[in-house]
Amino acid sequence: MNVAVEVKAETGARELTYAQAIQEAMALAMEADERVVLMGEDIGVYGGAFQVTGNLVERFGPERVIDTPISELGGAGVAVGAAVTGLRPIFEFQFSDFATLAMEQIVNQAAKMRYMLGGAVSVPVVMRFPAGSGTGAAAQHSQSLEAWFGHVPGLKVVQPATPHDAKGLLLAAVQDPDPVMIFEHKLLYKMKGEVPEGFYTVPIGKAAVRREGRDVTIVATSIMVQKALDAAATLAGEGIDAEVIDLRTIRPMDRKTVVESVKKTSRLLCVYEGVKTLGVGAEISAMVAESEAFDYLDAPIVRLGGAETPIPYNPDLERATVPQVENILAAARDLVRGAR
Amino acid sequence: MARSTKARGQTAAKANQPFLYRHYTPEQLREALRKMYLIRRFEEGAEESYMRGLIHGTMHLSIGQEASAVGICMALTDEDQITSTHRGHGHSIAKGADVKRMFAEFFGKTTGYCRGRGGSMHIADVTKGNLGANGIVGGGIPIAVGAALTAKRLGTGKVAVSFFGDGANNEGAFHEALNMASIWKLPVVFVCENNGYGMSTSVARSTAVPNIADRAAAYSMPGVIIDGNILSKVAEAANEAVERARLGQGPTLIECKTYRYRGHSKSDRNRYRTKEEIEQWMTQHDPISLYEAELREFGVIDEAGIAAIRADVEREIAEGIEYAKASPAPEIADLEQDVYTELA
Ligand SMILES: Cc1ncc(C[n+]2csc(CCOP(=O)(O)OP(=O)(O)O)c2C)c(N)n1
Ligand SMILES: [Mg+2]
Repeated sequence: MNVAVEVKAETGARELTYAQAIQEAMALAMEADERVVLMGEDIGVYGGAFQVTGNLVERFGPERVIDTPISELGGAGVAVGAAVTGLRPIFEFQFSDFATLAMEQIVNQAAKMRYMLGGAVSVPVVMRFPAGSGTGAAAQHSQSLEAWFGHVPGLKVVQPATPHDAKGLLLAAVQDPDPVMIFEHKLLYKMKGEVPEGFYTVPIGKAAVRREGRDVTIVATSIMVQKALDAAATLAGEGIDAEVIDLRTIRPMDRKTVVESVKKTSRLLCVYEGVKTLGVGAEISAMVAESEAFDYLDAPIVRLGGAETPIPYNPDLERATVPQVENILAAARDLVRGAR
Repeated sequence: MARSTKARGQTAAKANQPFLYRHYTPEQLREALRKMYLIRRFEEGAEESYMRGLIHGTMHLSIGQEASAVGICMALTDEDQITSTHRGHGHSIAKGADVKRMFAEFFGKTTGYCRGRGGSMHIADVTKGNLGANGIVGGGIPIAVGAALTAKRLGTGKVAVSFFGDGANNEGAFHEALNMASIWKLPVVFVCENNGYGMSTSVARSTAVPNIADRAAAYSMPGVIIDGNILSKVAEAANEAVERARLGQGPTLIECKTYRYRGHSKSDRNRYRTKEEIEQWMTQHDPISLYEAELREFGVIDEAGIAAIRADVEREIAEGIEYAKASPAPEIADLEQDVYTELA
């Protein structure tokens, strides 16, 4: 791969927010490789809708931190075309919901171009999508649409759950020769965590076991990872030893890590914010049900996903649409104690 | 019937007056002023409630843009329909919504226009022809064209108006919708409220033509540029475009040049424009001050009349906030209601 940067050993770590970690990753990628450009709406002097690009325009100039008009379809398409022909664009959507306007270029063009052309080109574009609910922004600014993209061969789809991974997965995405879609939960932007200095990557397609346990496997994505860990801490006090897996990538999915865990615990709980039906949890469940772990299951698989509704505005209703720690606790208890 | 000399003189004087004063009664003109105050005070009331933590999420205030909302809607009947934008509180009030139920919506209550489901960005009042604000820039433009298609097919005589910002003119939906409205000669009026910026991005940086109305040429419809802070100009352009639409002559694109005083939303640091620019608009070209002065000049209102309207609006806003506070919150059990139509 013809990328100017190389993976260096992880050096010292400090606390950064998730947003700062992403910004640092973009700055490193731009320093290391002239071909990297940022594109998106109000990412320049405004600093991005969530202040993720911050003052990068001052450092790298408006030629490389490019404010687009409010034109998601065209903007995403320009990023795809630039990627095919020699740039390495990182395209920011203001909200993941607006990807719906750009689906044509993402699904029909970016995802398929290499295949359709018999491998003659690659499409090294990165797209960043602030996603998820919890901000009171209602039905058109709160969705979790990652499963849509996970359904498309040709795309890679990641959901970093920590500042460390937000940086490492973005740097991996920039190096990747294929289109990578990064879903960043808006409520995580302010989350703090240890982030190594310098350049490092987190492999796309590899899940992380965040907590080891024997009684139940909780596979979670994005913001649900922290909720699952919080639930696991409480469960530990009740004598339930939960293993928590942070899936990190939904396409390609890390089958091995999940299957091995379920073989050990014999129980599977999937937790994700996207709408439950036909969501990420459906794939995790099917993957396990089709695997050698099936014979080890002591209870039916359980999915906790988003409600079958658009996200409402009222904060109590909004909260009720996505799995909360108490829901994870209840589901894990039922699973382990055999109430089901 | 023979007229007295005096009456003839009055008619002649009236004929020489600007459009607004020929076309509307003094009561209607004073009502327009009241609506402009109501919008401004509503926005300020919403902002204050947000600061006090009574409203969550975010909101986009239309302070400074009252003349375009009110001037356009003056040309419409209650049956005519509008689609609005993320900056839609003013359109909603101008189209006749009750501020009580708007506040209730922002407070997330069941008495709100969307029963607490929509909030600021989805405020609507379908009974008054407001098909809703929109979280998607440009999202309402094709919908207005759809409303106009219905009006034409069913022969209802209704006109549809789509409000949108300057930023929206770079979305594909804008171009596709204008083209269809034109080829099918639909009764729709496109109203661009050009406040100079889409978030931080100026029109000059985002748009290939100097005026949004220049786009009209590409779709063979009239493109009208007006000072959107002068109510009489807005109302005149609106009446002409609405009449054209009602007569079956097709769509018009009106561009109201205006300005938003507040930041884009609650998280804007205003780094893309100067304090002087904002001050200049607020002090030199405020739509409410301009209209007030004009009404005084034409003898439609005096100081006491203005004071009475202001007091009335204050009361209405205070009552609206109290109503919202006192209203019940939705039940979690109803979460899935209205995802689909309940079939009998
Ligand atoms: C499709 C889409 N893209 C981006 C946004 C984010 N956004 C909301 S308002 C806005 C600016 C809109 O500018 P303009 O149309 O001029 O309206 P104004 O805010 O000035 O009233 C942007 C970029 C959005 N809501 N929808
Ligand atoms: Mg604007």
